[in-house]
Amino acid sequence: MFKNGMFQKEYLGRTIVTICGFFMIVLTFFIGIFLVYKGSGTFTKYGHSITEFLFSSEWDPADNFTGGGKVGAAIYIFGSISTCMLALCIATPFSIASAIFMTMISPKLGKRIYRPAVEIFVGIPSVVYGWIGLTILVPVIRDRMHQGFGFSVLAASIVLAVMIFPSITTVVADAIENVPKEYIEGSYALGSTRWQSIYRIIIPTAKTGVLTGVILGLARAFGEALAVAMVIGKMRAFPKNIFSPTSNLTAAITSDMGGAANGGEYNIALWTMALLLFVISLLFIFIVHFITRSGEKHA
Amino acid sequence: MRKMKRVLAVALAGVLVLSMVACSNKSSKEKDTETATTEETTSPDNSATEESEAPAATEASITGSITGSGSSALLPLAQDAADKFKATNPDVSITLNAGGSGEGLKQVAEGTVDIGNSDVEAEAKLEADQAKDLVDHKVCVITMAPIANKDVSEKVKSLTKEQLIGIFTGKTTNWKDVGGPDEAVVLVTRPETSGTRALFTKYALDGKEEASNASLETDDSGTLLQSVASQKGAIGYVALSYLVNNDTVGTIGIDGVEPTLENTYNGTYPVWGYEHMYTKGEAKDAAKAYIDYVMSDDYGSQMEALGYNVASKMTVTR
Repeated sequence: MFKNGMFQKEYLGRTIVTICGFFMIVLTFFIGIFLVYKGSGTFTKYGHSITEFLFSSEWDPADNFTGGGKVGAAIYIFGSISTCMLALCIATPFSIASAIFMTMISPKLGKRIYRPAVEIFVGIPSVVYGWIGLTILVPVIRDRMHQGFGFSVLAASIVLAVMIFPSITTVVADAIENVPKEYIEGSYALGSTRWQSIYRIIIPTAKTGVLTGVILGLARAFGEALAVAMVIGKMRAFPKNIFSPTSNLTAAITSDMGGAANGGEYNIALWTMALLLFVISLLFIFIVHFITRSGEKHA
Repeated sequence: MRKMKRVLAVALAGVLVLSMVACSNKSSKEKDTETATTEETTSPDNSATEESEAPAATEASITGSITGSGSSALLPLAQDAADKFKATNPDVSITLNAGGSGEGLKQVAEGTVDIGNSDVEAEAKLEADQAKDLVDHKVCVITMAPIANKDVSEKVKSLTKEQLIGIFTGKTTNWKDVGGPDEAVVLVTRPETSGTRALFTKYALDGKEEASNASLETDDSGTLLQSVASQKGAIGYVALSYLVNNDTVGTIGIDGVEPTLENTYNGTYPVWGYEHMYTKGEAKDAAKAYIDYVMSDDYGSQMEALGYNVASKMTVTR
């Protein structure tokens, strides 16, 4: 199509790729700037302290432009942290076990059936997870286990665990596959059984990958809104136990973002929560990079 | 093969550009964009025949596009009216979105949409200088009803206002205290910024705040309905429009007055409010015709069938 062969061969592709790359960087940057611009209003325009926002549990922002409400988001923050941690505790053992199974125990089955099956999990939309949780998990906890409303930290954690399980599994499996063959063969040569070489050699060597997988899973769990919102119950109180309902950051944002007056104290407080979520996910990414880099140094 | 791919890529890019053009035209508010987009998207010979027919057919009827956004309580009515309106005015395109009263008011004030639907008055959600250009159309009246799980509503037909306040503020925790079965009260509410909640708090609870730390919150009335229906001892509130063709829950009267359209008309049932359609400046052209249609007597009976009150039939005003 183009007469100028050199242009087409070299510069056309390079230009497109560069533009796309820069576009992504600029986009991320602007989203960050926008969130800071909107979210800082709670502290600058309405004069609340960061301590109040993070550690107070009194949440009653005024839905107007004069302010004067209370913006303590501690319940939401605690709700996010507790559900994510519990989800991680449920998902991680399964993920590591599955990763070992499909790489070491039964690589053939793993490659052909297990791995694709796990990858299907990633593609299921979160609303489907939430809906299944709402129709199966919530009634089971309420009617079979006789625990309160059914809407609970436990229900949210299980839904989240199912959602982050595939992300962790794939990363961990990749890490295990990257363990040098010599290590494994060396361990066999020294007379260890398969299981001994798995937990003495492979897991310690793949530690970096395991940690990376766990943190990526955590990041995904933190940002998930829809599925959690459907089963957490959205009660604005600290959970008494894992069977009691609570609320979290993403659920709080989605339920009030449409109704709150744009630019009002309530609206701005929600933006501050969004900013917090952004900061937390940035933090996770930094941790992942830090772990990967220190892992490389050791290896 | 490579050639085909290239042709395909160019064609796809073309489609993309065209759709972008179409989108940007729709959101801009010039009257003649509607015809411009049809010219661009249909093939030349097609549009030629359309144009030759068009003037004869549309001489008296209304053309243009209307966009609307806002209250989810009003959306079913707005959508139904839009379908009926389009049946008689096929040259009008109407796009409606939910998103909440706050969002609707914001968008109409910014000029992003033609009509902003809201459960509350614009002054409550916008700054004064944003709200001053908006023109209010009180298209209908909406009645909010307390609803409860069947096992409660079979025994408790009505509550006094004090009992209702006691329940929603978390002071009454068992149904047996108000003559119901021995079951714990489960509060199911709407988010704090919801228009439905604002109305219910103001007129059913005399402004007493609901106990947020003891209630399950649901994003929309549909989910609330489902929650109340499946949870023993649950009580919540929805607009009457959600109870048309739905008997999974029971309504509860206030001070002996059943929540019905009639009782709202005659002023005995207190929990009702106006639904607003806001336009920036006076409504004109297609938007005006649409709002006029919604408020017309012709549409009134359909409005009642959907569970909304006709504003002009109210014997009391606020």
